[in-house]
Amino acid sequence: MPSLTATLQAKEKFIAFTVVGDPDLDHTVEYVVAMAQAGADVVELGIAFSDPSADGPTILSADQRALDNGITTEQVFATVARIRQQTDVPLVFLTYTNIVFKYGYAEFLAQMQAHDVQGLILPDMPIEEQTAFLPLAQQYGRDLIQLVTSKSYDRLPAILQNASGFVYVVSSLGITGTRQTLSNEANEIIAQIRQYSDIPVGVGFGISQVEHARQFPTANAIIVGSAIVKIIAEHPYDATPYLTQFITAMKEAQHAQS
Amino acid sequence: MTTNDHRYFGQYGGQFIPELLMPAVTEVADAFHHYQHDAAFQAELKDLFINYANRPSLLYHAKNMSADLGGAQIYLKREDLNHTGAHKINNVLGQALIAKKMGKTRLIAETGAGQHGVATATAAALFDMECEIFMGKEDTDRQALNVYRMEMLGAKVNAVTTGTQVLKDAVNATFQDWTKRIDDTFYVLGSAVGPYPFPEMVKYFQSVISAEAREQFLYQTGRLPDAVLACVGGGSNAIGSFANFIDDSEVKLIGVEAAGKGVDTNQTAATMTRGSVGIFHGMKSQFLQSSDGQIDPVYSISAGLDYPGVGPEHAYLRDLDRAQYVPITDDEAVAAFDYIAQQEGIIAAIESSHAIAYAMKLAPTMRPDQQIMVTLSGRGDKDVAAIARYKGVDLHE
Ligand SMILES: Cc1ncc(COP(=O)(O)O)c(C=O)c1O
Repeated sequence: MPSLTATLQAKEKFIAFTVVGDPDLDHTVEYVVAMAQAGADVVELGIAFSDPSADGPTILSADQRALDNGITTEQVFATVARIRQQTDVPLVFLTYTNIVFKYGYAEFLAQMQAHDVQGLILPDMPIEEQTAFLPLAQQYGRDLIQLVTSKSYDRLPAILQNASGFVYVVSSLGITGTRQTLSNEANEIIAQIRQYSDIPVGVGFGISQVEHARQFPTANAIIVGSAIVKIIAEHPYDATPYLTQFITAMKEAQHAQS
Repeated sequence: MTTNDHRYFGQYGGQFIPELLMPAVTEVADAFHHYQHDAAFQAELKDLFINYANRPSLLYHAKNMSADLGGAQIYLKREDLNHTGAHKINNVLGQALIAKKMGKTRLIAETGAGQHGVATATAAALFDMECEIFMGKEDTDRQALNVYRMEMLGAKVNAVTTGTQVLKDAVNATFQDWTKRIDDTFYVLGSAVGPYPFPEMVKYFQSVISAEAREQFLYQTGRLPDAVLACVGGGSNAIGSFANFIDDSEVKLIGVEAAGKGVDTNQTAATMTRGSVGIFHGMKSQFLQSSDGQIDPVYSISAGLDYPGVGPEHAYLRDLDRAQYVPITDDEAVAAFDYIAQQEGIIAAIESSHAIAYAMKLAPTMRPDQQIMVTLSGRGDKDVAAIARYKGVDLHE
């Protein structure tokens, strides 16, 4: 299995997000496999949290649907095992610190290792709070994905010191959710990162349209969350053709940019 | 994660917030630590406390209650007599003054009962700043009068319809708003919770309660109280009431939390009694949560105590065995609300009535030469309609 860094080394990569258990676990398996087949280079699996502070209403609702289904952390790992029987697409988790803390940092990382989930995004664990977690992540060979915003420039050397896998560039201030137009600020953030590091960069928050796919030519990957969650919300039990069509169109737009 | 990290109280505290907010929170911490030692700032705040907020608040010997309960003497620290009717103004004037000095032009805040929202809207009007308040939809319904009050003061009130639509959701919404407008906006957090430096800063501004009370006790009675009682939502009036007594080991510190329908039911907000260690709202502390780490919906008749967590220093004080935390049910709080009204002619906030209810249990177990301080964190005018509803009384304006 290639590392995240190797997978995302080239440009025009696509990272797709979905919440495990939305609308149910069987469909999560189906949709992850379908998105990988449609060209998603990495799939980001959201583990639902009752209070997802970095997320807008779209992902919050998906988390709520998953929790209403009674999804537990244990079931998430079992679902990853099923996904792994069908695809070896690189996987990363996105969840909030409390979920990992309650499971136990080391126990959670051990499960990630056992199920071949390469990375983890914790939007509420800034570098100041990584001293306990990061050495464990390294011990288990897992990537703690660092987030960078346009307010992070003073902090970049410290953030990049902790970075592995890829760096998640937050394209616009605020919270997740689809946006009509996106600023080009992410390109400037990437230029700042490049002064220090060659680590692959994924741009996310708000990317939802083919125009956006062309907007960040210096990024290694674009990360699409809310737009995919919306498709699943609109077609909970038959989203596969819509997801395939969307990802195909986004990937074509990415290729057309060069 | 260690005790020598100044952002922590023992294992509790920290800054579990998105990267986007770290620069904003760091800017607040730097400003707070600067103005803490700035004589001009201190003089300005003191002037506001005395001439605007009506400090010092009275320490009142509740003789009727004390005699009726037949035990320890009960002294009420009358934060209800502050301008805007609760302790919340102490913290708000401090934070708003820092915001003003930082050049911020917009204040945002969460509110549960509405008291903190009213205090923030008041400071914004006084300092000529823009103000937006976030309040759970359920709370805007049960505290409609306070919503109107905030609007009269010029604030925009946003009813939060996500999640359980109460205080914790209002906190989420306020943090989210902050991430969108960091440059001109200051988040006036209303309790001793959240990421560092908020627990420390809120304690600092609320410590005026115990600084005054300590002097008042020595002046009026010649000695310190034997016990200090305060209700605990996030824990700001309690930590302010405890602060200057923490080093006096003979003074018992007792926080009173909301049991709602009972600590053995799912309709409770008794975090200390029923919670476990977790990470939420920017802090490591005690929370009501599932074994998977999902934050529980909570319930109390009191919108101000309806919170699934508690300030990190309280969790630490309990671990140290320095403070103790006890639950009081809706029924007990409503009985205390009636009792203090009839005994002392004081309509106390339903939040504060939780502390009164525990005093009613504790006082008879103590001697008449002993003394208890109860912080009366707010006045109860806002609660009259809700209490009537609770008793099944139909009120018409
Ligand atoms: C009158 C009153 N007392 C107490 C509280 C609880 O807050 P804290 O625990 O921060 O003092 C509130 C909160 O709204 C309140 O309005």
